[in-house]
Amino acid sequence: MTKTITLDGKAIPFADGQTIMQAATAAGVYIPHLCHHPEFTPHGSCKLCTVNVNGRNCSACTFPAAEGQDVLNNTQELNADRQKITQMLFVEGNHFCPSCEKTGNCQLQAVAYHLNMLDDHFPLFYPHRQMDASHPDVLIDHNRCIFCTLCVRASQQHDGKNVFAISGRGINKHLIVNAESGLLKDTDLAVTDKATHICPTGAIISKRTAYQVPIGQRVYDHQDIDAVSLATEQAHGE
Amino acid sequence: MANKIKIATTSLAGCFGCHMSFLDIDERIIQLAELVEFDRSPLTDIEHCGPCDVGLIEGGVCNSENVHTLREFRKQCKILVAVGACAINGGLPAMRNFIPLEECLAEAYLDGIGVENPQIPNDVELPLLLDKVRPIHEVVKIDYYLPGCPPSADVFWAFLTDLLAGREPKLDYGLVHYD
Repeated sequence: MTKTITLDGKAIPFADGQTIMQAATAAGVYIPHLCHHPEFTPHGSCKLCTVNVNGRNCSACTFPAAEGQDVLNNTQELNADRQKITQMLFVEGNHFCPSCEKTGNCQLQAVAYHLNMLDDHFPLFYPHRQMDASHPDVLIDHNRCIFCTLCVRASQQHDGKNVFAISGRGINKHLIVNAESGLLKDTDLAVTDKATHICPTGAIISKRTAYQVPIGQRVYDHQDIDAVSLATEQAHGE
Repeated sequence: MANKIKIATTSLAGCFGCHMSFLDIDERIIQLAELVEFDRSPLTDIEHCGPCDVGLIEGGVCNSENVHTLREFRKQCKILVAVGACAINGGLPAMRNFIPLEECLAEAYLDGIGVENPQIPNDVELPLLLDKVRPIHEVVKIDYYLPGCPPSADVFWAFLTDLLAGREPKLDYGLVHYD
């Protein structure tokens, strides 16, 4: 007999070893997320996928599905929490969408749209962060980094390299690259690496591609991330 | 029509692009004019805001005059609305926040290319610049936000028609853009 969990009142099947996120995706239910990617070990850091399991909040991307779980996902309370988390991500970095090449293709922005986030709520930090344009084909804009570690994981787990890491703690946390000079040009990152293209924001972008697709015709300009995410991540699970 | 809804608008540290976008409602402005009248606004040239129902604020806060204007609007308007990216997060003008103010002034008035008679303006009539450009919700309470750079004419229309009809304003997915 198929094992099931209850997700927002509906029974959905799961296989042993699946996380709540994996079971939900397979069942066609979107759980907002930024640091989760089906190809890589879950990190559980962005907390956008927070769901309520039998009365306790957990990260759906790391929490194993098990019989008897009553999971709440798409509730007003959880979506309000997720909106606050997204607002914190916005104020802690420098996310100026009108001047960002990634606008319209940015998952941070798209999640904010999905949650109908209209303002930043909190006071803005305006932190001083650097750019690294040293690499001939790839640019890092630290202003837009949300420390999801997807580039770290993609480089290690897919590219077989070790280009990126997160260093420091709390407000001093930052992305570093594996070179004594600290510059991207002195790493073995290639523009064809998965790590170059995995960034959910505009923190790592390949040069000379910025406006190939005009603003207004980009992925999330007319399409909610729930549909886009399910379509791509379900295809991956098959 | 008696008792028209009163709207005031202003641009603080903005580019008037949001006002231009507002005017993009085109002929719908005739419909709007039947229901509302404008108090202080660049459209009327009225200098100070009287008691109003709705205040639309474009731009963030970059100098002392912006702070006074914003507080005047908050005092006079029942509903205060942050319009556009700059009002909401400082926007493009806030990109000077990463450069010390002294360096910004030196670049503009002393060392910049083509500057003649270099001197930093220092007239008592000039409002003092703030150290950083700030979004308006850090200075006064804001009731509604219309994101976008600029928000499209349809955003203004959806928001105002909701408000005038007595509905809670709501922006659907297609109307929420930060760029």
